[in-house]
Amino acid sequence: MLKQENKTDVIVVGAGPAGIACAITLARNGKEVVLIERGLFAGSKNVFGGAIYTQPTKEIFPNFEQEAPVERRTVQHNFAILGEVDSTTISYRKNDNSSYSVIRGKFDRWAAEEARKAGVYLVEETVVRELIKEKNKIIGVKTELESFYSDIVIIADGVNSLLAKQIGLRKNIETKDVALSVKEVIKLDKDIINQRFNVKDTEGVITEIFGGSMLGILGLGFLYTNKDSVSIGLGITLNELVESKISPYEYLEKLKQHPSIAPLIEGGELKEYSAHLIPEGGYKKIPKLTANGVMVVGDAAMLVNNLHWEGTNLAMISGKLAAETAVEALDNNDFSKKMLSNYEKRLKESFIIKDMRTYKDLMDVMHSRKSAFLSYYFKKINSFFEMFTSVNSVPKKTNFRNFIKSIFTDRSIVELFKDCTAVIKLLWSILA
Amino acid sequence: MSTNIDNKLYTLKYSTDTESHLKITDKEKCRLCTSKNCTYICPAKVYEWNPDSQEIIINFENCLECGACRIACEKKVIDWQYPKGTKGVTFKQG
Repeated sequence: MLKQENKTDVIVVGAGPAGIACAITLARNGKEVVLIERGLFAGSKNVFGGAIYTQPTKEIFPNFEQEAPVERRTVQHNFAILGEVDSTTISYRKNDNSSYSVIRGKFDRWAAEEARKAGVYLVEETVVRELIKEKNKIIGVKTELESFYSDIVIIADGVNSLLAKQIGLRKNIETKDVALSVKEVIKLDKDIINQRFNVKDTEGVITEIFGGSMLGILGLGFLYTNKDSVSIGLGITLNELVESKISPYEYLEKLKQHPSIAPLIEGGELKEYSAHLIPEGGYKKIPKLTANGVMVVGDAAMLVNNLHWEGTNLAMISGKLAAETAVEALDNNDFSKKMLSNYEKRLKESFIIKDMRTYKDLMDVMHSRKSAFLSYYFKKINSFFEMFTSVNSVPKKTNFRNFIKSIFTDRSIVELFKDCTAVIKLLWSILA
Repeated sequence: MSTNIDNKLYTLKYSTDTESHLKITDKEKCRLCTSKNCTYICPAKVYEWNPDSQEIIINFENCLECGACRIACEKKVIDWQYPKGTKGVTFKQG
């Protein structure tokens, strides 16, 4: 039982990767933690692509490779650039263990159970409706039924973070700052997956999909292999959906019908459909992360590196860094914003803020040059290989010349020049 | 293998509340709204425009709790809350 009725050291709101990592780190440091989850069980409201990454996951769960319910160990990454009917794919294969596909409903539930074993009080089926403020400090949370009090509240309530908004840490999100993702888990026999993806039972493939039904719009598709299912989905920035007036699941249906994708899922049976928002505003849209008695972690803090498909790792590590700061604060009995801003300092020193900064201009460039980078060049890559592989009794020199000519006739020189400048500017912002 | 949206939603486990966790705070604004983004961006087809009653019908029982409508609503009239702790969608896979 808690030392004091309804009062604990730390309350963590939300049992996703960030909240669980935070809570378990606190419990391992001997702190009293209540982890509140609104779903039926931890993981039941969570959706991702997905794979988890071994190194960051090990920082929280050192033995997860042996103990956690993982699906398949990634041995191959495919980058598939889809034209309207054709595709060009680059594959990187290496038999290592840098990531695993997981089912969130299983993995998060396991992780929360680990947290419970470490001493975390896990409270499920409970929605935190608001934060309780007293003398300019957050002192607890109000659920539907009762109030809980703590020295520190960690906000890990996900991308929509109504709590961060309630206390003014974040502003309204704009449609261009989130992607709406829809996904289907499709049941397929293990052997069929092994054959189609050229892997053994425990090995898996991650396919990142560009173009196809998303040609010219800011969207990315994905296909992950699980034990006896595949997860296929896509994420499209919300402003694109608003402009196109097409439903997200229509984009997904069209993607599933692409000649390069359809054979991979043929004969499968839909196991579960899901949808979720992904924070994609990047560095410039990170909200305020601390106030007196409170810290924000994970998706609630908009910590996602979309170019590298990273989110859960940023979530886990931000949760861990917030926990370390909370331990320090509890030991010093100081819960001021000043003390808790050590969390921001830790984030800045870690890869998290460094990576977010590296790509701070990425989304702006993509938004402004999307018809070039997400349609024109994808099509050109495919038409290059179409030309290169065609055997049509036309002299090769003519084929090459026609292809090069088409680059300049299909897009004006001014635009091509602007594309180049955009790439150079982007590379400069990344590497400088 | 293609599936329509009703079949997609049929795969999900829901515990439906008696009252909606999604509300429209000013129905008049929906009438004036020309885009009606909610009617097509929603991944669960929760919002439908009823031309007879001139209002948005909210099929809240289909909601996947993603939050897209709240951000996409041009008139900012969707009062978006999480369903009660025991209610709403449960993803077994996620």
